[in-house]
Amino acid sequence: MFSVFIQPRHPVLKKRDDFEDVLEERRRSSDLRYALRCYTPTLYKGLVPCKASMLKSIVLQSDHLQYVIKQVSSESGDSAECVAEEASLILDEMAHRLQLSTIRFFAFTLSKAFKRLFRSVCVNEEGIQRLQQAVQEHPVVLLPSHRSYMDFLMMSYLLYMCDLPLPVIAAGMDFMSMKFVGEMLRMSGAFFIRRSFGGDKLYWAVFSEYVKTMLRNGYAPVEFFLEGTRSRTCKSLTPKMGLLNIVMEPFFKGELFDVNLVPVSISYERILEESLYARELLGVPKPKESTSGLLKARRVLSEDYGSMHVYFGHPVSLRSLAEGKINRSQYNLLPRYIPQKPRVDTHEFLNDAAFRLVRIQEENMVLKPWVLIATLLLQNPDGLELSFLTEQTDWLRHLALAFGAFLDWPNHEACSEVVSCSLALHRHLLSVSAGHVQLNVTDAPQDETTPEEAVFHRAVVVLSCASYRNQILHVFLRPALLAVAMQSANSNRKDDVYNCFNFLRNMFSNEFILCPGDSVQDFEEACYLLMKRGVLQVLEHEIVMSASGHSTLAFLCSVLDPFLQGYQVVCRCLCEETNENLTEKEFIPAVRSFALKLILAGRLKCCEALSSDLQKNALAALLRLKAVRKVKVGDQVTLKVNKIAVNSLEDTLGGKIPTLKPILARL
Amino acid sequence: ICLVAAEVNACQHRLSLSLSLRQEIMKWNGWGYSDSRFLFNKKGQAEFTGKRYRLSGLILPSLKDWFEGTFGANLQHKSPATPTVNLSAVAPPDLNEPFVEDLKAAGVAMSHDPEDRVFRAHGHCLHEIFALREGRIGRVPDMVVWPSCHKDVEKIVELACKHNVCLIPYGGGTSVSSALECPREETRSIVSLDTSQMNRILWIDEKNLTAHVEAGIIGQDLERQLNERGYCTGHEPDSMEFSSLGGWVATRASGMKKNIYGNIEELVVHIKMVTPRGVIEKSCLGPRMSTGPDIHHFILGSEGTLGVVTEVTLKIRPIPEYQKYGSVVFPNFQQGVACLREVARQRCAPASIRLMDNEQFQFGHALKPQVSSIFTSFLDGLKKFYITKFKGFDPHHLCVATLLFEGDRGKVLQHEKQVYDIAAKFGIHYKKHLCVCVQDLGMDYYVIGESFETSVPWDRVLDLCRNVKERIVRECKERGVQFPPLSTCRVTQTYDAGACVYFYFAFNYRGLSDPVHVYEQVEHAAREEILANGGSLSHHHGVGKLRKEWMKESVSGVGLGMLKSVKEYVDPQNVFGNRNLL
Repeated sequence: MFSVFIQPRHPVLKKRDDFEDVLEERRRSSDLRYALRCYTPTLYKGLVPCKASMLKSIVLQSDHLQYVIKQVSSESGDSAECVAEEASLILDEMAHRLQLSTIRFFAFTLSKAFKRLFRSVCVNEEGIQRLQQAVQEHPVVLLPSHRSYMDFLMMSYLLYMCDLPLPVIAAGMDFMSMKFVGEMLRMSGAFFIRRSFGGDKLYWAVFSEYVKTMLRNGYAPVEFFLEGTRSRTCKSLTPKMGLLNIVMEPFFKGELFDVNLVPVSISYERILEESLYARELLGVPKPKESTSGLLKARRVLSEDYGSMHVYFGHPVSLRSLAEGKINRSQYNLLPRYIPQKPRVDTHEFLNDAAFRLVRIQEENMVLKPWVLIATLLLQNPDGLELSFLTEQTDWLRHLALAFGAFLDWPNHEACSEVVSCSLALHRHLLSVSAGHVQLNVTDAPQDETTPEEAVFHRAVVVLSCASYRNQILHVFLRPALLAVAMQSANSNRKDDVYNCFNFLRNMFSNEFILCPGDSVQDFEEACYLLMKRGVLQVLEHEIVMSASGHSTLAFLCSVLDPFLQGYQVVCRCLCEETNENLTEKEFIPAVRSFALKLILAGRLKCCEALSSDLQKNALAALLRLKAVRKVKVGDQVTLKVNKIAVNSLEDTLGGKIPTLKPILARL
Repeated sequence: ICLVAAEVNACQHRLSLSLSLRQEIMKWNGWGYSDSRFLFNKKGQAEFTGKRYRLSGLILPSLKDWFEGTFGANLQHKSPATPTVNLSAVAPPDLNEPFVEDLKAAGVAMSHDPEDRVFRAHGHCLHEIFALREGRIGRVPDMVVWPSCHKDVEKIVELACKHNVCLIPYGGGTSVSSALECPREETRSIVSLDTSQMNRILWIDEKNLTAHVEAGIIGQDLERQLNERGYCTGHEPDSMEFSSLGGWVATRASGMKKNIYGNIEELVVHIKMVTPRGVIEKSCLGPRMSTGPDIHHFILGSEGTLGVVTEVTLKIRPIPEYQKYGSVVFPNFQQGVACLREVARQRCAPASIRLMDNEQFQFGHALKPQVSSIFTSFLDGLKKFYITKFKGFDPHHLCVATLLFEGDRGKVLQHEKQVYDIAAKFGIHYKKHLCVCVQDLGMDYYVIGESFETSVPWDRVLDLCRNVKERIVRECKERGVQFPPLSTCRVTQTYDAGACVYFYFAFNYRGLSDPVHVYEQVEHAAREEILANGGSLSHHHGVGKLRKEWMKESVSGVGLGMLKSVKEYVDPQNVFGNRNLL
């Protein structure tokens, strides 16, 4: 079980494309002429051209929607006309109105904006060529990572630039509240969906039929974010299945020969929303999207955000992905317009596919040197000497490369040069004095600030910095899980270490992208990487640390340390919680104030325990492991804590008791 | 409409007068008659030889360009077939001597001549023909017997049971499901039971419009003899020149004009079959019965696994007074399917209506003979101009439906109008005939190809056609076929709830070490695609051994179990051991 290495997963062997800066051309020629140039995109071969209004009537007339309208009408007692009218209104609220003139407007203004914001916008040329090919062959679904509002503007901008068809983009309804901007986005191809419409059959039918219709006739590439929302932490989020299911169904039902899924990785050297995100994670609610808010954001235009990278991954053929996993004949016995809930195997497939796609996004994410520096600074809260930091960064760079990181390290530049450049770009997060570099955490508090405010101030810096470290977590994750597992396992026996590894992996599978069912593969990958690095020797039944392996293992352990600590804090908080009827809503404030107390008392150093993202993920894990149950009381959802189970999880995480199967089984 | 027996839905091959003459007239390693075939003459123009068909003797000037353009095949690269069969490669017969003795005593004609045996060891699957062309010969029957009547068959089956030999019924030899292949694992002596001598019409009942016929009769002989009496069956499978009545029953055959006359299951009134348990038949000629499940349906489609069909009572009809052909041109395949669907919805389908896709339309064009006069050439140009310029049809998308009306004159004209009124909403009426057959020609020039069929509900016709065609192209590419294959389809039958679809697929196999294997893999993938898109395993070719692996999926485990238990009761010794179907 542990001996077979699966070749394609050796991350180091991956060949990646070269980048080209698309702003270079923009800096040399007229933006206006560029915005007005002749735009003739390559189109899907089967395309039946149709206008947005035509699209609407196709959707409203579709068998599927007509069926649901009748069904809803007979259930609710409203007349069919009435329901149809409602469907039409939903569609009006949702539908995009793509107009070339708006696109040209954006092409002009965004050229201006991007040139001020970014030093360069780098795109892999070959990826664009592959996309050009893919667009002609089969309908395309674009799946970009989501770190910033910039993402979809940038996507459309790039596609316009490369003469590719402009995508229609699934956007959250919250944009609609920005009156003018909402309409502008609509005219540049965005369509709007409500954030939650759980049981609304009619809404779901209109929405899914709208997306499918566009896909089926190859109207335009459909773009949406697998992660569902912007990741505030810069870690990839657990993918959402809803839209993925919708775009896959036309293939499952034989309406399309294939669908090309194109993962796109967008990475920023400095994220525009950086400190905004940190505040949000600490419980300062995010400002509601409003036009005036966006105008205030003009301030951001005067800052330097370094470079940006967009990597278009290889198109993934849905057909090949589903080969042998989906039996399409399951749809033979029911008319295809009757909606069907996905079966268990379809659900598993969706889940698996979604995770794989997000992992591709992760792997193609370009990492800047600063990411390495941020990692080191977080591990050394008291700061480092600049020379030592440079040395460590260089060491870490080699480790990251050995683990397959997609590092954008400037050629022919001394390491010290690279480090000081990075420090300069992110100077607002750190202080450098007399060759000593430190995160801005000990900033002398202003006179009137309370100790609580001081902690939050520190936490903002730490979480901002963590959002950079998080970008490289996927590179170190598996070896780090193994490193921690070796530390906490009570023997060198391979199966003991594996049990520990599996426990941790299970515990953190809401926190990181870990494909369900890939436990053994992940373990082997971790062993392979560390063995290749000379850190471990993997024998038949034992895993032994090499003499020189100590520093690497220590580094890897401290990569996971904030998460281990954070999860323990959550567990302890739940165990010590006296309120029997703790509601779901009260959970985050409760953990936050608990963690704050610990920090103030000096019993906890790790500020990341304050992150609501970590807290939510920990709760999700506990719910999944059935150590906590949700109980509905009235219209409140309360959390029932199995304190024995939570307590033993906490101890296991802290390495106080070894991972034993019985414990897992008891959970 | 179809000039040549190209559509492989055929069931049997045939000869009538003497046993030995048969092999000479038939092209034993290809299609059809040995004097009728395509060839490229010295000028590189295609010619159709022989005198049997309307195309015979004509020069087809556009075929070469089409052929080379479609397949990337070059007329310089010829892959000629082994001209005669290498009889020394045929294994000596493994005879069951006591059986042979008893049979001799019963006076049944028999032979263990290698040529007779090889001839009955195959149907018309591509791999079978290809193996023969390459001179590869596998397991062949050890002897051939020719019963001359029902009684002979009873005797043969009785003796086969007594001496435990394996019987494989043989009608016209046009199977395309590997049904005639001798199972490799069969250790008993294999006897091919050739029904060709049981070819008489025993009686015609003009009061009830039925005819009682021996099952070995070949389609066109049956039709000719009935025509002499002023009748017809109206059953015209594309293979009717070669296939036998017994074969039709055993495979659930379908005829081109089923819209008027029905498929074979609607044509039969009575069937007599000899099984190891004895003779199975109904006691009367009533037109319909409610006597439990219809026992005819155990026989129809049993593919020679239960016994030998010896005599059949068929419905007959007076010869129709008037026949009229026609065509409709559509701007694209979608419109064509929509038209056929509408015709089916209104239940006014003519005797035959077939829709070809654009690729087949282009091939049809390539088959057009050299024009005989300036006038016809002018007329053709005018029609082309009208369709492509005036109507705005794109020649790379347009497709054609061919129609056949039949009946008394007044009704035909009325019917015609109704259909063309519907058609006018989707395309334009256009008088024109087309046909297709290239397999043999292809084989001589490194091109192989074949066809397969399915039936599918109306709402899935377009999706299925597109996906299967594309799957074929993709599979070929993945398997190293250098030129894009010809991957085309036609809708050949309409029903209330769906249609029958034919796929044609051919590719240039130069540079492939095992083209037949590639072909089989692609066909396998195409069949998977058909099933995934809601198509059936077969509309009328049958299952044989080629499609056996999907039987359980197609009819459910219980369904297969039912069929197996029937087989177990009727033929516990597995005397009818061709191993088809189950």
